[in-house]
Amino acid sequence: MIGEEEEEDARIPISQRPEWADVRPVPQDDGPNPVVPIAYTDEFSETMDYFRAVYLADERSPRALQLTKEAIFLNSGNYTVWQFRRLILEALNADLCAELNFVNQIARENSKNYQIWHHRRWVAEKLGSEVASKELEFTKEIFSQDAKNYHAWSHRQWVLQALGGWEDELAFCDELLEDDIFNNSAWNQRYFVVTRSPLLGGLDAMRDSEVAYAVKAILAKPENESPWRYLRGLYKNDIKSLVNDPRVASVCLDVLTDKRNLVHALNMLLDLLCNDYQPSNEMKDAVDGVAPESNPPGTNLVERVCSVLIMVDPIRANYWEWRKSTVCVQD
Amino acid sequence: MADMRATKSQEEQWMVQNQVFRIYDLVYRLPPHAQSVNFELRRENHIEYLTKSLKQLGPSFSVLDANRPWLCYWIMHSIALLGDCVDDELENDTIDFLQRCQDPNGGYGGGPGQMPHLATTYAAINTLITVGGHRSLSSINRKKLYAFLLRMKDSSGGFRMHDGGEVDVRACYTAISVASVLNILDERLIQNVGDYIVSCQTYEGGIAGEPGSEAHGGYTFCGLAAMVLINEVNRLDLPGLINWLVFRQGVECGFQGRTNKLVDGCYSFWQGGVAAIVQRLHLMVNEQLGLPNTFKYDCKTESDDDSSNSDGESYSEGASSPLNDICEPIQEGQSNASPPTESNNIGYNFIKGPIGMRPIFNSMALQQYILLCSQEEAGFRDKPGKRRDHYHTCYVLSGLSVCHYSNTKEADSPPLPGHVMGPYSNLLEPVHPLYNIVLDRYHDAYKFFARS
Repeated sequence: MIGEEEEEDARIPISQRPEWADVRPVPQDDGPNPVVPIAYTDEFSETMDYFRAVYLADERSPRALQLTKEAIFLNSGNYTVWQFRRLILEALNADLCAELNFVNQIARENSKNYQIWHHRRWVAEKLGSEVASKELEFTKEIFSQDAKNYHAWSHRQWVLQALGGWEDELAFCDELLEDDIFNNSAWNQRYFVVTRSPLLGGLDAMRDSEVAYAVKAILAKPENESPWRYLRGLYKNDIKSLVNDPRVASVCLDVLTDKRNLVHALNMLLDLLCNDYQPSNEMKDAVDGVAPESNPPGTNLVERVCSVLIMVDPIRANYWEWRKSTVCVQD
Repeated sequence: MADMRATKSQEEQWMVQNQVFRIYDLVYRLPPHAQSVNFELRRENHIEYLTKSLKQLGPSFSVLDANRPWLCYWIMHSIALLGDCVDDELENDTIDFLQRCQDPNGGYGGGPGQMPHLATTYAAINTLITVGGHRSLSSINRKKLYAFLLRMKDSSGGFRMHDGGEVDVRACYTAISVASVLNILDERLIQNVGDYIVSCQTYEGGIAGEPGSEAHGGYTFCGLAAMVLINEVNRLDLPGLINWLVFRQGVECGFQGRTNKLVDGCYSFWQGGVAAIVQRLHLMVNEQLGLPNTFKYDCKTESDDDSSNSDGESYSEGASSPLNDICEPIQEGQSNASPPTESNNIGYNFIKGPIGMRPIFNSMALQQYILLCSQEEAGFRDKPGKRRDHYHTCYVLSGLSVCHYSNTKEADSPPLPGHVMGPYSNLLEPVHPLYNIVLDRYHDAYKFFARS
C-alpha cells in the first residue's frame, strides 16, 4: 500500500498505472464554448476523467474506491463523488471505521463543507451507538479551532439524538460558555440539551435553574445578547409566565439602574409591558432615569421605553418607531 | 478576576469593528469631493470583473467544480443588478452550458455529467430566467424537473438536496422556489414542508438549517421565503423573527448571520431580503400582534408628495386599499385544498401593489457598510481584510438593491435620491425578494410559464 506522504510527493499519472490500463477516461462534456470554464490542473482533469469512466460504468470496485478518495482530495465539495463512494462502500462492505478516519483527515482541512458532514453522518449511522463518544470527541476537536462551526454543531446534535451520549452534554455547554460566554452556538446547544435531553426531565424541570443561570450571565455582561434570548426562550409559548417570573423584571431593573448597556434590558421590558406586566414605581423611575430628556410628560411607559430605545439604539430606530406605533394602536 | 479578560468572541468583534470604524473615520475626514468618490459604486469595474470570470477561471476554482451553475448565477445576476447584460454570444453559451448540466431525468447538476442537485438546480433556473428569452426559458424541461423535485421529497415533508443527500431548509427553499417560479408548484410538493420549516424556527426567533440548530441568516431567508411561497407564513412567529432580525444589524452597520458572530457582507441580502419580505407581510404581522387590519406603518409620510406613481394609479389608504384585496386571499388561503394554480400566483401577487410597511432595518447604514467596507476596486467581499469573490459580489449587490427600494411604495418605482447613498447613479435594478431575480426578468418568466 502506498503511504500518504509518498502519494503526495510523486503522483503517478493514472494513465501510467497498470491497474487502470483497461479504462478509457471520459472527458468532461463542456461543449465548444463553456461559460465559467475552470483551468483545471492536469492532475484534476485526469482524475475526474477516470472518475467519470468508473461512475458511468457503475464500477463499484476497490480501485474505484481509491479513485474517489483522490477526487475528494482535489475537491471535497463534489457531492457526486461522495455519493458514488457511499455506493461503493456498501457494495464492498468496506471497513467503515477506516472510512471515519478518512473523513477526519478531510474535515480537518476543510470543516465547512456540507458533503463531508453528510458523509460522516451516513458512516456514523451505520456504525451505530458504539461510535457516539468518538463522534462527540471529534466535534469537540473541531470546536477547539472554531467553536461556532455550524456543521459541527448540527452533527453533534444528530449524534446525540441518533446515537446517544447525552450524559455530559450540559457540562460540555458549561465548559464552552465558561470559556466564551458570548458563544451563541453554545447557548443554542444548551437550549437543545435542556429541551431535548432524555435525562434532564425537559424544559419544565429545568426552567428554574436555567433562569438563574441566564440571569447570572446577564448581570455579568448585560451587553451579551445571547443570555437575554435564552431567557426569553425558556418561556417560549408561555409569555404569561415570563411576565410573572419576578426574576425577569428584576434583571431588567438591575441593568437599567446601572445605566449601561441598556438595549437588551429595554427590549425585554418592552415585551413584558406589551404583555400586561404592571411596572413598579421603581421600574418607571429607572426608565425615566436613563434618558429623562427623551420623554415628554404624560406618555405611558411603553411609549417612553420606545422613545428611549430610539435614542440609545439609533441603528434600530426604524424598528423601535414601528414598535412604538403598534403599541399606540393597541392602547 | 477571570471575567475581566476578553473572550474570543469579544476580541474578534473588537478587531473587526475597529477596522470598520477606522475606514469610516478616514472617509468622513476627507474633503467633500474625495469623500464622495468613496461612495460611488464602481460599476464598470464590477462588470469587467464579472464578465471576465464568465469567460475564464483559474485553477483555484477547482474547489467550485461542483458549483458551476452557482458561478453562472452569481455572475449573471450581479450583472443584471448592475443594469447590464452580457452579449448574445455569451448568453447563448450560458444556455448551452446549463443544458449540459441538465440531467436527462430532471434537475441540474454542479457541472456536466454530475448528479442533479437542488441548489444547483435553483442556480441554473435563476440564471436562465436572468438571461431570459424564449431559447433560454424553453431549455428547461419542467416535466422532468417536477419529477426530480418529487423524488427529492422526504418523508419529513422537507426535501433532500440530491439522491442520498442531506435534508435541510436550504433544500426546502430551493425546491419550492424553482417550482413556484416555473409554475409547477402543487399540493404534493407542498405537503408538510411547512411543518418542517416551522420546526426549524428557534427560540431566538430566526430559522435554523435543521430542527434544533442555531438561528441563521441564510436559513431564515430560505425558510421565510419558502413559507410565503407555500402560503403558510402565518405559521411562523413573525414578531419574534423580526425582533431577532433587527438585532443582526450591528455597530459596523452591516448584518451578521447569527447572534454574536461577525459582520459579513453577504448577509446584506440574506437578512436584508428577510426585511424586504417582512415589509410585505404587514397584514399577517398585524394579525399576530392583535392589531386591526387597517393598521399601517407605510412609506407615505415622507415620499407621498414625490408621487412616483408613474402609471397614474392612486390608492386610497385604509380598508379599501387594493393591497387588502391582494393579500387577504393569501392570508385566508390556509386550507389544504388550494388548487395548484393559486399557489403559483403567490410569488406574483406578493410584489403586486404597494408595500405595506416602512423598512424595519437601517438601510443607509447598510449601504454605508456595503460601499465603504465590502466594495473593492472590482467585486465585493465579506469584510475588510477578506478577498472578493463571486458569491459575495452577488449577495452584497442583491442587498444593496434591497436597500435602494426599501422606502419605495411599489416594488419597481424609482426611489428618492435621499434613499440612495452616494450618487443617484449608484441605483441598482430591483429584485423579487422571494426568488432573488431581477424584477423585470422575473415578470418575463412569469408570463412565459403562466401560459405553458
